[in-house]
Amino acid sequence: MLDILLPLSYLIGSITFIIGLKMLSHPDSARRGNLVAAVGMTIAILATIFLYTDENGNKLGNYAWIFGGLIIGTVIGTLAAKKVQMTAMPEMVSLFNGMGGACAMLISIIEFKHHTSIPVDLYEEAGASALKMIPGTLFITIIVGMVIGSVSFAGSIIAWGKLNGKIKDFSFNGQHIVNLLLLGVITALTVYVVAVRPETTIMLFYVILAISLLYGVMFVFPIGGADMPVVISLLNSFTGVAAAFGGFLYNNPVMLTGGILVGSAGTILTILMCKAMNRSLKNVLIGSFGGGAKAGSGGAKEQGNYKEISLNDTAVLMAYASKVMIIPGYGLAVAQAQHVCHELEKILQEKGVEVAYGIHPVAGRMPGHMNVLLAEADVPYEKLLEMEDANDQMASTSVVMILGANDVVNPAAKEDPSSPIYGMPILEVEKAEHVIVNKRSMKPGYAGIENELFFRPKTSMLFGDAKKVLQDLVSELKQV
Amino acid sequence: MEFITQLFADPATYRLLTIVILSIFLGIEVISRVPSVLHTPLMSGANAIHGVVIIGAIIVMGQAHSDDYLALTLGFLSVVLGTLNVVGGFVVTDRMLEMFDKKKKMKRG
Repeated sequence: MLDILLPLSYLIGSITFIIGLKMLSHPDSARRGNLVAAVGMTIAILATIFLYTDENGNKLGNYAWIFGGLIIGTVIGTLAAKKVQMTAMPEMVSLFNGMGGACAMLISIIEFKHHTSIPVDLYEEAGASALKMIPGTLFITIIVGMVIGSVSFAGSIIAWGKLNGKIKDFSFNGQHIVNLLLLGVITALTVYVVAVRPETTIMLFYVILAISLLYGVMFVFPIGGADMPVVISLLNSFTGVAAAFGGFLYNNPVMLTGGILVGSAGTILTILMCKAMNRSLKNVLIGSFGGGAKAGSGGAKEQGNYKEISLNDTAVLMAYASKVMIIPGYGLAVAQAQHVCHELEKILQEKGVEVAYGIHPVAGRMPGHMNVLLAEADVPYEKLLEMEDANDQMASTSVVMILGANDVVNPAAKEDPSSPIYGMPILEVEKAEHVIVNKRSMKPGYAGIENELFFRPKTSMLFGDAKKVLQDLVSELKQV
Repeated sequence: MEFITQLFADPATYRLLTIVILSIFLGIEVISRVPSVLHTPLMSGANAIHGVVIIGAIIVMGQAHSDDYLALTLGFLSVVLGTLNVVGGFVVTDRMLEMFDKKKKMKRG
């Protein structure tokens, strides 16, 4: 009777993952979906600890170590996830993803050591040929799991560093060729080690590990910051595949279904994100923003003059507008200005001004970033317009207020085929009567591209930190 | 070639392969129509789910010999990292989605 408990728990785990993912993709059920998957995960983990037996029927040992690790991980994980600010969510996800990758990598390393060192007697009798006793499928599972896990780990850490500004974009000519070369070396070494099993197998294993880590770093390094969400999503599916290889290793169905589900769902999600930006995955990975931006910025600098607008004028303009559209971007998130933004919206509404928010699908650092942020400030759901709706209403809008957004309103995406963001759908703010841009300075946006919008006749610049500017604007409006 | 034959000869491996193929299609089906607002929470939720790799870490840890300190240390580390992935992932996702919940309550009230 006890025998079926473990497989039953794993089956429950697999089912909750599927249902959880399904529920996560609908707004109404998303939160419960997350909970369902978490419960399934807990069941699978507890069942493994107490019910797992090896081929000889031995139970797991080292309970103190296992629970110690679980408790430490739970405490740190919960604290980190609870403390993190809404603006830093994306890098947090990337960091957690890296931890999963590292976990898969370590499992493979330990299993490799285990399989290459256990039969000591055999080893002595048969010499290096004992390596040949390891079944090919097992061997390849260990190595591929290790490779994918370490690429995901190294890549996620770089993505994390890039998102929080610790690591700058870095690329050199021919980097993609170097990357392809590294990938080739990893494949060749893996095939060589598995097929030939030379005496240097153990050493070569660690060489593959080192190159995989290097590849993870090089893979993410040249990709522009604006594309980071796509990369994180891709690395997310990598970790899923690494977890699935763990499932192969232990013949464990729940690891397999969980891993593969995330692997395939993550890949689709990555493609959906690319579509939202109207870019292909290949474009994101190979045609990185970095190089193109440098070329583009030279020409745009000659655009010439922009005009500034005072707080007072802004307040008057808004107070007598019939309709104001607010376009939030990452600048709003950085300044933590979502609450005062909601205040501005309320005060304008009291004055009879219609207010809406135009949300670009990739505004901020991640799709949906702005929705989450504004929801935190209790901005009503109906006020958040998706891009198409926002663009439809643009012509009837008197004032567009751009708060720390840049690339998502850059007309170059529509007009300049040489621009690296050409083809990305944008919020067509120029259809409105007036455009007010709040930025801290004239520095280009996250993608590193100059924005011609700032120099257009309809545009006025309102410099300053979004929170400070909005606070001042609210008090100005009270006096109007 | 030997590798391919091995894959099909062993019924257990073959069964796993079947699960893999079906799971791939399931993963695609399950999330193919998701609004862009949910991209981030969905990615985060999926991130937590691949933390299932923790099970491998627990097995490794539980099977390590009690005098093999290297394996114990590495195993311990992988349990910690895996737990971080699972717990951190689910909690972060919940926090994101909590915002959506609040939004809905506002709508009703």
